[in-house]
Amino acid sequence: MLDKIWLIPLVPLAGSAIAGLAGLINLRLTGQRLDRRLVSIIALSSVGLAFLLSAGAVFELFSSQHKGSYSLESYSVDLFTWFEAGSLPVAEGGLARFTVPWGFLLDPLSAVMILVVTGVGFLIHVYSTGYMWDDSGYYRFFSYLNLFMFAMLTLVLANNFVLMFVGWEGVGLCSYLLIGYYLEKKSAGDAGKKAFVVNRIGDAGFILGMFLIFVHFGSLRYDEVFSKAAEMPVQAGHGFLFWATLCLFIGATGKSAQVPLYVWLPDAMEGPTPVSALIHAATMVTAGVYMVARCNALYSRSPETMTIIATIGALTAVFAATIGFAQTDIKRVLAYSTVSQLGYMFAALGVGAFAGGIFHLMTHAFFKALLFLGSGAVIMAMHHEQDMRKMGGLRKHLPATYQTMLIGTLAIAGVPGLAGFFSKDEILWKAWSNGHPRIWFALWLGAGMTAFYMFRLIFLTFWGEERMDEDTKRHLHEPGSNVIGPLVVLAFLSVVGGYVGLPAWLGGSKFERFLEPVLRLPENPALAEAHHPARQEILFTFLSVAIAAAGIFLAHYCYVKNPSAPEKALGWWPALHRLVYRKYYVDEIYDALFVNRAKDLANACFFVDSKFVDGAVNGTAATTRGTAAVSGFFDKYVVDGLVNLIGWINMMLNRVATSLQTGLIQRYALGAVFGIVVFILIYFNGLLNF
Amino acid sequence: MEPNMRHILNIVCYLPLLGVALIVFVKPERKTAVKWVANITAFLGFLVSIPLITSFNDPQYIDSSTGFRYVFEVNWIPLIGAKYKFGIDGISLLLVLLTTLLGFIAILSSWNAVTERVKEYYAFLLLLQTGMLGVFMALDFLLFYVFWEVMLVPMYFLIGVWGGPRKLYAAIKFFLYTLAGSVLMLVGILAIYFYQYNTTGIYSFDILPLQKLGFPHDLQYWVFLAFFVGFAIKVPMFPFHTWLPDAHVEAPTAGSVILAGVLLKMGTYGFVRFSLPMLPWATMHFLKPMLILSLIGIIYGALVAMMQKDMKSLVAYSSVSHLGFVMLGVFAATPVALQGAVLQMVNHGISTGALFLIVGVIYERRHSRLITEYGGLSQVMPVYATVFLIMTLSSIGMPGLNGFIGELFILQGTFAAPGLWMYAAVAVLGIVLGAAYMLWLYQRVMFGKLENPLNQNLPDLNFRELATFVPLIILAFWIGIYPSYFTRFLDQPVNAIVERVRTDYFKAGRAEGPLPASPVIHAIRAAP
Repeated sequence: MLDKIWLIPLVPLAGSAIAGLAGLINLRLTGQRLDRRLVSIIALSSVGLAFLLSAGAVFELFSSQHKGSYSLESYSVDLFTWFEAGSLPVAEGGLARFTVPWGFLLDPLSAVMILVVTGVGFLIHVYSTGYMWDDSGYYRFFSYLNLFMFAMLTLVLANNFVLMFVGWEGVGLCSYLLIGYYLEKKSAGDAGKKAFVVNRIGDAGFILGMFLIFVHFGSLRYDEVFSKAAEMPVQAGHGFLFWATLCLFIGATGKSAQVPLYVWLPDAMEGPTPVSALIHAATMVTAGVYMVARCNALYSRSPETMTIIATIGALTAVFAATIGFAQTDIKRVLAYSTVSQLGYMFAALGVGAFAGGIFHLMTHAFFKALLFLGSGAVIMAMHHEQDMRKMGGLRKHLPATYQTMLIGTLAIAGVPGLAGFFSKDEILWKAWSNGHPRIWFALWLGAGMTAFYMFRLIFLTFWGEERMDEDTKRHLHEPGSNVIGPLVVLAFLSVVGGYVGLPAWLGGSKFERFLEPVLRLPENPALAEAHHPARQEILFTFLSVAIAAAGIFLAHYCYVKNPSAPEKALGWWPALHRLVYRKYYVDEIYDALFVNRAKDLANACFFVDSKFVDGAVNGTAATTRGTAAVSGFFDKYVVDGLVNLIGWINMMLNRVATSLQTGLIQRYALGAVFGIVVFILIYFNGLLNF
Repeated sequence: MEPNMRHILNIVCYLPLLGVALIVFVKPERKTAVKWVANITAFLGFLVSIPLITSFNDPQYIDSSTGFRYVFEVNWIPLIGAKYKFGIDGISLLLVLLTTLLGFIAILSSWNAVTERVKEYYAFLLLLQTGMLGVFMALDFLLFYVFWEVMLVPMYFLIGVWGGPRKLYAAIKFFLYTLAGSVLMLVGILAIYFYQYNTTGIYSFDILPLQKLGFPHDLQYWVFLAFFVGFAIKVPMFPFHTWLPDAHVEAPTAGSVILAGVLLKMGTYGFVRFSLPMLPWATMHFLKPMLILSLIGIIYGALVAMMQKDMKSLVAYSSVSHLGFVMLGVFAATPVALQGAVLQMVNHGISTGALFLIVGVIYERRHSRLITEYGGLSQVMPVYATVFLIMTLSSIGMPGLNGFIGELFILQGTFAAPGLWMYAAVAVLGIVLGAAYMLWLYQRVMFGKLENPLNQNLPDLNFRELATFVPLIILAFWIGIYPSYFTRFLDQPVNAIVERVRTDYFKAGRAEGPLPASPVIHAIRAAP
């Protein structure tokens, strides 16, 4: 089964192609939609099969009987050479062939990723059969959804950078298609385009990073690049590794929605809710985190980049959390929450806790998928109302949705015993113990904010008075089992998912040991010497629990006990509220600084093109025509005039000559006599003279 | 088959001319008969070109001294040493196949689009086909020049007779502009022709000896400039590009397809075939200005494309941008960049050819190319929407499709070239802009509400229209997933060119010493 890992991305691709083509052909020939049950079977079975294949391959890789045959606990298979295009000079001197295979790699890191992607992805597919049942583009939706799975699985299973880029751009494309899924909504189309273009800006960085890696290592295969990198010393300062890792990280800020390229993700909720869940939890946004973890051999040797990553991560974590305070759209709160949680993952990577970042990626996938799908259930029940100000008291009407979402909220808030607690605590502790107290403080503050805005969401939606109109209230009912089922499974995972990564004082993290073979970190004597007693770690755990509790209690006070409190607080400083509510005007600033300036530049170029560049061409033509007109004039009146003048003179002479030839004999005789007289006069005149 | 293969290039080149001869005998009223003759000839033209690729590596067709295939040579004008000499290498192979395929597709796409003067229309299209094929096959400079000029005439009439409202302006602009360039090129050709006579005593236009001759630097300098004007107008490079949008907007769909798909490639082909190998010193001398012009083309073309209201002129300006990438690859002059450039010529033919067909499809239905006239078309034309999406993605370089491979080769090849990494870094911006203007176009035409009542009942693609797209879609995926099938023909000719231009390129690989380092590499070395 291990040598069939290339089937894992291929099966969803086939599902996408079959569902898409069959739906399209059916629509073209009969004008009817393809039977929705058939579409569901194709889509679900392909993702389900991908999950089974993944589980089988992972099991085989780590089962004891194969331990001996695969070194380094990884398995790589090349299908065929993708391209081979001549040789290029490399830094070490000499030439290297520019070639890359269609090759796939399964190791502990990609194992975690494919299980999360196919597992959570499958649950989202199941949920979608309920959520999208009445949509007219059912086949199209599932075709895109399967394509998304293909792109993400390619991304995480690739054994080289270029193939990773296929998935990298592929998820960008799928997000374009799925965010813009509601074709008639202009805002959806705009959001889709924004997602793609912002991602492309990041991708430009990724491409440049890739080029640098090739120029330096002469290869783009992970095994060759990382084994060479593992022999390199740590590079302080702005050497090659700094630039390469920084460029790649720019790609990650685009894909994983970090400051400054996070702006597309909140808009991405324009798509159907299952898509938001898929983008925010299992696929797409995790790509950047995965990529940095995958390249740990490079990143860990460039401390400057690591500092940048940790700073950006912590900044994003706090910044996005504050925006979450003021949003009233239930999905928008969750969207900013995702941006914030991704900040935690990057902060973890930045402080060197690669395993911690991936751990949080996994637990976040569980509870964020749960929260998004739960909010989708709420939105369905509320007849597509997303404003929390028009909700309230829903726990009576939607008890199952409420209970599962509450579990997700407890998990993300870091309440002890649930998945989010273990992963977040791991990050906070690593930030402190690896010597980044400021990062720790920002993240610690962010943990309290997370607890606050998430419980704000719960209280506004499910508690308090019922603020919806009567008609909506009458129709409130719990969604069907294909919607609730995935919620229950995800809630279960949100509870137990954390126990694979216990802190050191509870026996240590199995998860970290599992990922050990992938991490090729340089020796760091400073860390090895620093010894942190378990007591200190417990103290820090206590601190994070305390601030989470504070956030929950504050939310309870503001939105349950004393609902007028937020109003009053806003009254103190309305400008601040507006600033936060409008997301610090970042979109407006980007529009003013970049988007509109680019449009101006484009307009200017077009003006120059039509007036000057083409003007020069037309000017040349006009000049030529003018010259031609002048020469025409000259030719007609001067050159030809001269010719005509000669002709005219001739004619005049002719006329003189012809006037002599009258044919009258008398006149000739007269002429003859006249001539003779003249002749005689001359003759005799001569005689007289001589 | 054996005796015929000697003439295979003649057959491929003149089969369309045979079609012209046949069409002459059909009565003008029998339009359907004319169409059938043209379509069948063009399809046969494509079929007979397939053996070129299948027996390309058959040793009996390889000219062992030059590496060219299927060489056919007879004396033409012995007095001046001009020969009738045909032959192809890997570079021209791909372009010949592109031409035969696009020629057929263009003719197939015209079935309903052209209703007036049908006989003349198809005759000109087929004549054009012969002209273009001759350009890619000619190994004699004078013969090349003759085909180069022959091609202008049918294109002039295609735009001038079957074009849009400003057809005369566009046709004359196209004709005069390119003619002006090619006259300078002729001067350049004569200069090296007489130089060859003065040094060797031989009168000959044969390209292959000329490539090996080696000219003095001052001659290279001027000839390079002369060639540059001729080729750059054809490409078109900034600032010689303004004939292109006019010609495209006014030309009938098939004309645009051929114009973008094949005609523009003559300019880039000229650089690759003549400027680089014949004038290596001048190539290196003018490297930076050429690269800068390419970069301007990439960025500027993309920016101007973004602001277009007419779909055809948007695609036309996108061509300026894409051809900028090709020129970047040509003048980066590393094997990878050059292979990318040649492949990107083919890719651009596929994706832009298809995009012009796509515009043609709705133009035929609605007689408007204004973007604002459309919106929400994907609801009534789902198959069309899918085809449009695939070709948009191909055009913006989505990995897995053809455009990505070409751009990747060009950019990586430029990035790794000594001292040129900055150019690649700037060119990457073009990829971002490319995504912006193409997706914006797609969104405005296909998404949104179907508000215009005229668009309510637009029929989706019919079978014939779909048939014009299917080969292009297959090729787009094929090149994207397994480009080696095509690039394997490029290794040898491209390496030969690189060896001419960068004489120590491959030596450095064998020797111990490092190459002249790029700033990046300096930075790498400086790092502790």
